[in-house]
Amino acid sequence: MDWLYVLMPISGVTVFWPGLVILGVGVGIIGGFFGMGGAWMVTPGLNILGFPMAFAIGTDIAHMAGKSLISTMRHGRFGNVDYRLGFIMLIGTVVGFEVGAQMIMWLERLGKVELYVRWMYVVLLILIAWMIFSDVVKKRKKEREARAAGMDVEKLATGIEWHKTLHKIKIPPVIHFKAAGFYCSAWLPIFVSFLTGWLAGILGIGGGLIRMPALIYFIGCPTHIAVGTDLFEVMISGLYGAATYTYKGRTELLAALIMLVGAAVGAQIGTVATKYIKGYGIRIAFGVAVIGCCISIIMKLIPRYIAGTKVAMDITSTVLILGLVGALSLYIFIKMLQGAREEIAVRKGKT
Amino acid sequence: MCKLWTKLTGVMVMASFVVSDIALAAGEKASPLVIVADTRRLTGWEAWFANLYNESHVYFTLLTVITIPVVGVILGLIADLVMSHIGIDLKSRELAEH
Repeated sequence: MDWLYVLMPISGVTVFWPGLVILGVGVGIIGGFFGMGGAWMVTPGLNILGFPMAFAIGTDIAHMAGKSLISTMRHGRFGNVDYRLGFIMLIGTVVGFEVGAQMIMWLERLGKVELYVRWMYVVLLILIAWMIFSDVVKKRKKEREARAAGMDVEKLATGIEWHKTLHKIKIPPVIHFKAAGFYCSAWLPIFVSFLTGWLAGILGIGGGLIRMPALIYFIGCPTHIAVGTDLFEVMISGLYGAATYTYKGRTELLAALIMLVGAAVGAQIGTVATKYIKGYGIRIAFGVAVIGCCISIIMKLIPRYIAGTKVAMDITSTVLILGLVGALSLYIFIKMLQGAREEIAVRKGKT
Repeated sequence: MCKLWTKLTGVMVMASFVVSDIALAAGEKASPLVIVADTRRLTGWEAWFANLYNESHVYFTLLTVITIPVVGVILGLIADLVMSHIGIDLKSRELAEH
């Protein structure tokens, strides 16, 4: 079975290559479907396959750039990417990231940076999960009330509508975001992306996990546009990240390319699945992913307070993350298959 | 408008270089670590690849930054062909929340 293993020329480790392809497919599906890079899933996976941590991060970022490019191409053709919004948000993201990094320096001087960051991450994820599920409850209530009154709910109606209040702030320049379908002050996306960039800088993450719900709840993007536009940002930051990590010698290009083969398939499945799953289906699945991510971080914190639990918690959190990735990928894949089958049947019926 | 976008892109490129230094400074001070690929076991393209890495990280970075998007586009187009062949409409979708 030697043919199943390949020697990585840079890091010198021998890796089970089908594992890389499977990991690529999984994160491709989830990334294409939710509009995020998914470093929180891939880095532990690569580490398990045998990569040293520095190489796991660098290789993940390099593959993320290619995977996001594939997903953005597909979302772009669906009309899910608002390029103008994406470019404007990049300004806030870059500046916010810088401020976040400065704050980390300050926290580092206090000597408790890791603990603060992890707890902050937990609080943030709980808030995101709360926002998503209270939105779902509100939307269902609206649907029930509309049905009782004998009316239909609008296609793009949502539960939480904070963005409507924020759109009333008309500080110039007011810009029309054609694909997203609204007018608002350019300062709104700049400010929101500054906040999400700042949080990403503090937490040391790509930011898709925060930016996607921010695009929906604060800026008012329909879910599909939020997914596509977020991927556009992930693609640009991923390419930059790939360059900087490779320059520091921490990228295993061969592994990234092998993962990309799987991700090319996964990204198509994830992206095409957004065609068949309505916005709230995506939001609920995203909420589940956020809860899983939150639990895994809490597991990483437990050994600080209960001695002797580190090994058990490390194993459990890794199993949880990989199990969650597997379950969500399977759900998205099945939904995509069902949707495609129905579409093909309708087409055949017409001809 | 075109000029504005050119300026914005320029500012973003500049900022991205500045941010990286600050972001790296934010992390824990790492001891200087030099990773050298062991080329003794390698032959052919693998040896060339590892030697390129050992000799110049700049060239290796250029190779990576060019290879990743190119391979991404090629794989994306191949996957497109396969999906289209199945009979899925890959150009339009209905925008709806529920």
